[in-house]
This record gives sequence, structure tokens and C-alpha cells, in this order.
Amino acid sequence: MSASHHATAAEVGPGDPPHIHHMDTPTAYQSAKLGMWLFLATEILLFGGLFTSFALYHWAYFEEFHHASKELNWVYGSVNTVVLLFSSFTAALAVDAAQRGDSRRCSKNLLITIACGFLFLIIKGIEYTGKYSHGLFPGTERWNSPEFIQEYKMYFGLYYCMTGLHALHVVLGMGLLTWVYLKARKGRFSSRYFVPVEVGALYWHLVDLIWIYLFPLLYLVG
Amino acid sequence: MSAYSAAGEANAKPNYLNHEKGIWSWLTTVDHKRICLLYLFAILIFFFVGGMAALAMRLELAKLYGTGQHNFIDAETYNAMFTIHGAVMIFLFIVPGIPATLGNFLLPLMIGAKDVAFPKLNLFSWYIYMVGACMALFGLLKPIGPAFMEKAMNFIGVHGPVDTGWTFYAPYSIETGTSVVWMTAAAFVLGFSSILTGLNFIVTIHKLRAPGMTWDRLPVFVWGTYATAVIQTLATPVVGITLLLVIMERGFGVGVFNPKLGGDPVLYQHLFWFYSHPVVYIMVLPAFGIVGEIIPVFSRKPIFGYKAVVYASVTIAVVGFLVWAHHMFVAGISEAAAIYFSVVTFGVAVPTAVKVFNWVSTMYRGSIRFNTPMLYAMGFIFLFMVAGTTGVYLAVLAVDVYYHDTYFVVAHFHYTIQGGAVIGLMGGLYYWFPKMSGKMYNETAGKVTWFLVFVGFNLTFIPQFALGMEGMPRRYYDYLPQYQNLHQVSTAGAVINALGYTLALLNLGWAAVFGRVKAPANPWDSLSLEWQTPSPPPHENFEVTPVVTGSTYAYGTPVRGDAAAH
Repeated sequence: MSASHHATAAEVGPGDPPHIHHMDTPTAYQSAKLGMWLFLATEILLFGGLFTSFALYHWAYFEEFHHASKELNWVYGSVNTVVLLFSSFTAALAVDAAQRGDSRRCSKNLLITIACGFLFLIIKGIEYTGKYSHGLFPGTERWNSPEFIQEYKMYFGLYYCMTGLHALHVVLGMGLLTWVYLKARKGRFSSRYFVPVEVGALYWHLVDLIWIYLFPLLYLVG
Repeated sequence: MSAYSAAGEANAKPNYLNHEKGIWSWLTTVDHKRICLLYLFAILIFFFVGGMAALAMRLELAKLYGTGQHNFIDAETYNAMFTIHGAVMIFLFIVPGIPATLGNFLLPLMIGAKDVAFPKLNLFSWYIYMVGACMALFGLLKPIGPAFMEKAMNFIGVHGPVDTGWTFYAPYSIETGTSVVWMTAAAFVLGFSSILTGLNFIVTIHKLRAPGMTWDRLPVFVWGTYATAVIQTLATPVVGITLLLVIMERGFGVGVFNPKLGGDPVLYQHLFWFYSHPVVYIMVLPAFGIVGEIIPVFSRKPIFGYKAVVYASVTIAVVGFLVWAHHMFVAGISEAAAIYFSVVTFGVAVPTAVKVFNWVSTMYRGSIRFNTPMLYAMGFIFLFMVAGTTGVYLAVLAVDVYYHDTYFVVAHFHYTIQGGAVIGLMGGLYYWFPKMSGKMYNETAGKVTWFLVFVGFNLTFIPQFALGMEGMPRRYYDYLPQYQNLHQVSTAGAVINALGYTLALLNLGWAAVFGRVKAPANPWDSLSLEWQTPSPPPHENFEVTPVVTGSTYAYGTPVRGDAAAH
């Protein structure tokens, strides 16, 4: 039995879909996409708990949240929004290239997407460091002073939880896309087989989408 | 391999149990049937652990040396025991209990597929589950031994068994000194495993049905598992983020649920019950499915109102998302909200009652065979009716104010979850045991142990309804002498119940290992697909992918093979 498996594995050419023992290729393609869409639904519900909490306290401490949000620099936020939107565009281009069987263009666009992820994290890092030096981080002197009321702490607590969890998703998305990129560089994808590029890009779009909601909520609405 | 193909006998063909050998072949398997057994061993161990914690509580509550004093365990240990019992039974035993075991085994077989959609993800879910289980054990440890050991355990966040109850209500879960972080992190990881299982099942049912297996021919167990999988996928992430926020509160002083920091503990309850109410349907919907499979086969009649049964499952899954705050009537929610949640909760009783009527109507004028699985299924109907009706009591606002946090709630909950999910699981294990193991179990022992389980269960929890009505609050270590008799009856029942489960499972274990009676492919004359392949099934389930041409429940009409003869 194992010998026959090896034989089938050997027949798979560089751009062919992998041999899957329990379903045919079109079903495997549809299954992978449905699976990723369901996973994206779970991600939205995961963030949903945070959005609910934010909505509640934004309503309860409207004034305080307004003041606290002024501490955020909307320029950083805007630049990061542009960076992520652009990376979503290149991710879509990578899928298009894979579908047309252009491995070189596919891997190039994936690389740009991953680089944008890095850029986003660097800008986020600069922002976080800025917050720390302004005493807007738990444990700093200003944070512990009586003028820094607990409503501000609530705002920044939620800010760090939401952007932190989002940044974690950026890192995971970059990991996923790196795995796809390494395969694309070896010419693994073709017009016959490109589902990893597509689901990788789907995940990346979600990471982008969540930021599209975080940015106005945290930086602008306040 | 060649040794098997050389033997001409049908029963010497390799099956999923022996086509590969050695522990490594089990730990790396991607076969859904083997993964079912991996889960089954794990959950039964945790069933035992959770049961022992329950017995420890019951032993103390019997107050054999008199009320008002320490009998066997002290109050702190008692708090740890009800937390262990709740957390282990919920997160480690009954949430994966039916979907990950019988669901895993049966789903592909019932729809005529070779495996689930993502077999590697399926194995990965089991490993995540085991990691979560180990993390949960850290939450239960007590730092003991030499000073350096204690220091080391404190360093990794082990401070003593969690004493919050399985609900981790804020603000106590933020303030207690016990290892809440390990336990909540474990629940998060276990939730991730549950999500991946649910996702896998949804895709499998959508994409891998055999030719002719249309949605209106799906066995009701598949429908039950489908409804369950939707809840697993959509509800679990919410409790995940909630528990992460509890960890953030403990670690970094974020105050979302902490009233001292301007947070709102009621928000915690909302987010927690948004998952934890639907989760009871994760436990019980697959059990509905099991009962829906057993009753037609042992009554030799088509299931009554197939479509009603299916719609009821889906309706319960949907409405289950809209009733969560009925756990919070006394938590300070607004009157308008309370009325809404009360009314919608009454609504859940409708599809549930539809199911009960359908099962009973299926049995009406059937030729019933009282094998062990059928006894469990019938026991289920009785117990679940008690559970459902007392659930309606609790949905009444004025009544709930009185019953809230009393033994009445404890009894109601155990009728749904033990009387529903666990009895359903036991019935399912007995029903599909011949398919899973290729052996027959001892019928007499099966019936006797069923009787012990059934009597023991009722003896444990009927007194608890009475205790609740008399005002005995739940989670209390001690009580006034007037409650003692009922508590002692309940404890006696718990011992019989535990004995029943132990012997019933030993009966199956014994038959699996030492049993000499080989099971035929279809010992119950069932029409559903899993019985149309050898027992135990071959590695890829069917030698030829089956083509479905009719209903799964066409009993009494001459459709498929000899089954119609009955």
C-alpha cells in the first residue's frame, strides 16, 4: 500500500495539485476555501468580544475616551492603514498571478505583502515606544499618578488588547504568507493548483479588514 | 500487507484497527476512526477524574459525622472539587465528548466518505486538546513538597487548585490567588481544538457526501453533528477572547471586568454566557442525533417526521444563540432584557418538545427490541423530559429569582447534561460498539449496568430538586441539619450511579479486549451507511464508494436487503 502511495506521489508534477487520497481535486479546492472562510468567521467573533467591550465603555465613558484618544497620533494610524491596504492589493495580485501560472510575479507580490507586514509592525512598534515614553503604559509614572483616571486606563487597556491581538494576527499572517512564498518561489503553483495562495491571501485580507475597523474606532471616532 | 491479502477469508482482511501496527502508527494516524479512539481514551480518563471529584463532594455532603463540621475534606478542598468537577467535565469531557468521538467515527461513514475533509487538521485538534488538558492539570495542582519545588511551581504560575467554579466569574476570578491563568488559558486552547473540529465537520458535510446523499437523506445524527459544529465554530471564539481578557486583567491590570477599575462584571457574564449557553447544545444536540438513530432501528419503523426532527435541531442551534442572559436574571440586567430572554427561552422548549414527540411517535406501534442501546435511548427521553420541563420553570422570571443558585438549578442542569448528553453518549457507545470494535458486548451485563446508571442517576438528582425547592444553595460546603436526609439519599445515588458507569464501561472494555463473539457487519439490521461496511470498517471505510438511492429510515418497507424482513 505504501509503495503505491509513493508511486502516485512521484506522478505529481511541479505545478500539479497534490494527490489527496480521500477526495478529488475540485472538492479539495472548494473544501480548502470553505474551511478558510469559516476560520475567518471565528476570527471576527474573537475580535467581536473586544469590539463589544469597546462599544460599551465608549458609550459609558464618552468624554474620557474622547480625551484619551487624542493621545494617539492619527498620522501613524493613517500611514499604517495605507500600508495594509496596499499589502492587501499586492496579496490579490499574487493570487491573480498564481491563477495565471506566473510564478515569478506571484512570489514577487507575496514578498511585497510580507514586507508591508514588516513595515506595519515597525510603525506600530514606534507608536508603542512613543506611548511608553509618554507614560501611557501600565507601570509608568504618569499611568500611576492620580490625574491619570481609570477611564483613561480603560481606554488604553482596550487599545493595547485590540491592537496587540491584531499585531499578533499580522505576525501569523506573515508566517502563513512566508510559507506560501517559499512554495511559490519553487514554482509549486500553476493555473491548476493555487489554493494555498488564495487562502493565504484571504487570511491577509481579514487582517487588513480588522485594522480598517480598528483605525477609525481608536484614532478618529473618539 | 501481503500476508493479509494472501488469506482468502473475509474477516481476515485488514481493518482500520490492524492495517498498521505500533503506538507510533496511532500517534501519527490521520484516520478519523483511529482519532475517535484517541479522543475516547482521553475523555474517559477525564470522565473518571471529574467523577471522582463529584464523589468527593457527595461524600463530604453526606455529613456522616454530623453537619456543621469538617467530615472528610475541608472547605477549601471542597471549593477546588466543585471547580475540578465542573471544569473537567465541561471542557475536557462532555464538550468533545460526542462530537470528537462518535462524531469523528461516524460522520464520514454515515455520509459515505473516506475521511473528514481535513484529516491532518483532525489529528492536530487532538494534539491541541491534549496540550489544553495538560494545561488544565497545572490549574489543578497544589504546590507541595520542599521549598524549592513550591518556589518553582509558583514561578510558573501554579498557586493552587482553582476555586472559582467552572464559570470563572469576575471579579472573583481576577482576585483569587489560585491558578486561574492556567485554567483559563487551558479553556482557551481546548476551545481552539473544538473550533477546528467543528470547522472540519462543517466542510466535510458540505463537500464530501457520497453520490445520492442529499441533504434530506442525511441521517439525523449527521444533522445533529452539523448543528453542533456550527455552534462550536461560532460561539467558542467569544469565550476565548473573554478568558484572554481575564488573563490580561490578572497580568496587566486591564480593567474591563473589574468594577474597581471602572469595569463591569456583568459584561463578563454576557460574554461568558454568549458561549456557555450555546455550549449546552454542543453537548446535547449530538445526543439527540444518537437517540434519533437508535429509536427507528430498534422500533423497526421509519423515523416519524424526519423533516421536523431536522428543523428542530437547526432551530435549537439558532435560538440557542439568543437566550444567554437567562443565566443572569438576578445579575442586575434590565427588566426589558429579562422579559425578552425569558420569552425566547420558552421558545427553545418548542423544538425540543417536537423532538420528544417525534421519538415517541416513532416507537408507537413499532416492534420494539429492548437491547441496551434502546434502553439508554428510552431513558434519555424520560430524563430529558424532566430536564426540559424544569428548564421551563427556570425561564419564568419570578420562579428563577427564587431558584437561582439553588440545588434546583444543579439538578436541572444534570438532567440535561448527564441525563441527556452522557446517557446519549453511553447509548451511542453501546449501539456502535460492534462497528467500532468488531466484537459483540454482553447484553445481560449491558442491561444490568444500564439499570444501575438509571436508578443511581435519579436517586442522586431527584432529592436535589427537593433540596433546591427547600432553599439549599449550590456550592455550599455545609448546611442546616434539616437538609441532611435528602443529601444522604443523593450521595447514595451518586455511588450507585458511579458504580453503574464504571461497570457499563468495563463491560465494553472487556468485550473489546477479551470478547470472543465477532460482530457481523450489521447486527442491528440498520439501513444507514455505516452498517453497510464490514465491522470493524477497513482503513478507507468502504471498498467501493456507496451510492445512496433512498431514505436512511425506510424500515418496514422492502428497500434494502434483508432489513425489511423484520
